[in-house]
Amino acid sequence: MSGQSASSVAGGLNPLRQTKPRYGEAVIRGVLTLAAAVSLFTTFGIVISVLIPSLEFFAEISILEFLFTTTWTPLFANPQYGVLPLITGTLVITVIAVLVAIPLGLGSAIYLSEYASPGARKVLKPTLEVLAGIPTVVFGFFALEFITQYVLKPIFPSIQVFNALSAGLVMGIMIIPTIASLSEDAMAAVPSGLRDGAYALGATKRQTALRVVVPAALSGIVAAFVLGISRAIGETMIVTIAAGLQPNMTLNPLQGMQTMTSYIAAAGSGDVPTGSIEYKSIFAVGLLLFAITFVMNMISIRLVRKYRQAYQ
Amino acid sequence: MSELHDPNAPQATSDLSNTGRMDVSAVLDEGRASVPDSIREVVFNLDDVHIFYGDFEAVSDVTMQIGKNEITAFIGPSGCGKSTLLRSFNRMNDLIPGARVEGLLAYHGFNIYAPEVDPIEVRRRIGMVFQKPNVFPKSIYENVAYGPKVNGMKVNMDDLVEDCLTRAALWDEVKDDLKKSAYALSGGQQQRLVIARCIAVKPEVILMDEPCASLDPIATAKIEDLMKELAADYTIVIVTHNMQQAARVSDRTAFFTADVDAKGVRHGRLVEYGPTRSIFTAPNEPRTEDYISGRFG
Repeated sequence: MSGQSASSVAGGLNPLRQTKPRYGEAVIRGVLTLAAAVSLFTTFGIVISVLIPSLEFFAEISILEFLFTTTWTPLFANPQYGVLPLITGTLVITVIAVLVAIPLGLGSAIYLSEYASPGARKVLKPTLEVLAGIPTVVFGFFALEFITQYVLKPIFPSIQVFNALSAGLVMGIMIIPTIASLSEDAMAAVPSGLRDGAYALGATKRQTALRVVVPAALSGIVAAFVLGISRAIGETMIVTIAAGLQPNMTLNPLQGMQTMTSYIAAAGSGDVPTGSIEYKSIFAVGLLLFAITFVMNMISIRLVRKYRQAYQ
Repeated sequence: MSELHDPNAPQATSDLSNTGRMDVSAVLDEGRASVPDSIREVVFNLDDVHIFYGDFEAVSDVTMQIGKNEITAFIGPSGCGKSTLLRSFNRMNDLIPGARVEGLLAYHGFNIYAPEVDPIEVRRRIGMVFQKPNVFPKSIYENVAYGPKVNGMKVNMDDLVEDCLTRAALWDEVKDDLKKSAYALSGGQQQRLVIARCIAVKPEVILMDEPCASLDPIATAKIEDLMKELAADYTIVIVTHNMQQAARVSDRTAFFTADVDAKGVRHGRLVEYGPTRSIFTAPNEPRTEDYISGRFG
């Protein structure tokens, strides 16, 4: 802009003034703001669209009956709306998944970050991440057709065709990559000076990994756990296929169970008339699911803040 | 601290006088200047040591001895291999894939690279302090207690922590905050905490790799005072870029430089090694003289 500014000076204008309007800047700014706003409005829209039918639902069914009674039969002639069996189903399957995924995921992460040679890591990490790309419907059939039939049935002959155990185990396998990959990232971010410091004190590899690196990476590891658990709670396809659609107030993982998500999927794809109380119950369960996930995220933010370690 | 540092002498003086020659006579430590020409008791004996990273020979042909309860300084320009050599003393280089040592590197007569030697045992006896104060993200107390715990030492931990922090001249500053995160400390305090953590496993040798490189002059002076006190009980080897620091604290100085071979590859070499006062006042090698007078490096 040399020619222009020179002429402005010649014309007696302030040479420090902006000489050319920067339209591109304004356009970029607008586009980026819009992009950020889309997700904000979507979240807002979802909350509203879930909240309104839910409020209508709770106008007919008391919130106490919903939360604290143990029979969930919305499609029966004499419907009952006690959501506890769905919560139990979700809880049992999520706990099984977490029991599988946390030890295996964290173990993989420690191996990849501290023990694997650079060559092994280069192969293993992408392979692990492929597992995350498998569609959940495939995992669902894997649970139903393989795990239940060929792994669990020989061990537990009394197991039902649809059962919580196979769904939980396979869901655990599904979230291993999430936990392993994020935990590995957190451990890889620990400064190598901390490892050197531990080794220089005569620590073994195990003592360095478990007593210096993992504690130093704890906030990232906890965040990985919570994200994995949130995925397990929200996962729908595996439980719909492998755990069955029977609301079942039990803690026995060999039986079939329905989770909150599989109820939503089943009822939503069925022929419930719009505006009916059964229809509204879908949104009430959705709101509960949303609330549980929200609380989980709040807890995780707390935990991350509590364990956050700043490196210089 | 018994041997308080003279605040006027070292820090403020300029590195170069008008002649271009550093005035180190004012800086040389009086007490340490009386070190005998020959080493009385040898801790490390290096004979024809070569250190490689893969095919690259980072250090070639070092023969020297390190004396017990002495402070030995390694000086020289960047890339001369002095840190690499220091890290080979406690087998920290083992952690770098492809690193290997040839020649004899003996600790009290035992080759520390012999196949039956456990590097973890080596590191328990030969501690190390690094350039950046690498405190663990734990409390001050836990930082000191970590080494004794992982080594399974049966000790009264409270007493040991107090003793080590006292010896590292940090106790009075932190005794009421032992449960606080070590990250709350200043850089100089963190480096003294690292020294306390290092002596908690009761090593015989402390290796220091540019321990004051990230510290301000006041914190540096404290660490230097501490080193002189610790030399009564420990053998100290320090790598430093600060020639005045070498002159202030060390008994002996080894000057390294990098030779460029026919292919343009740099190899670290030991040029001259002797009592610090001789190296700084009457070096034998012209390259040493050039370096300490600031003409290169």
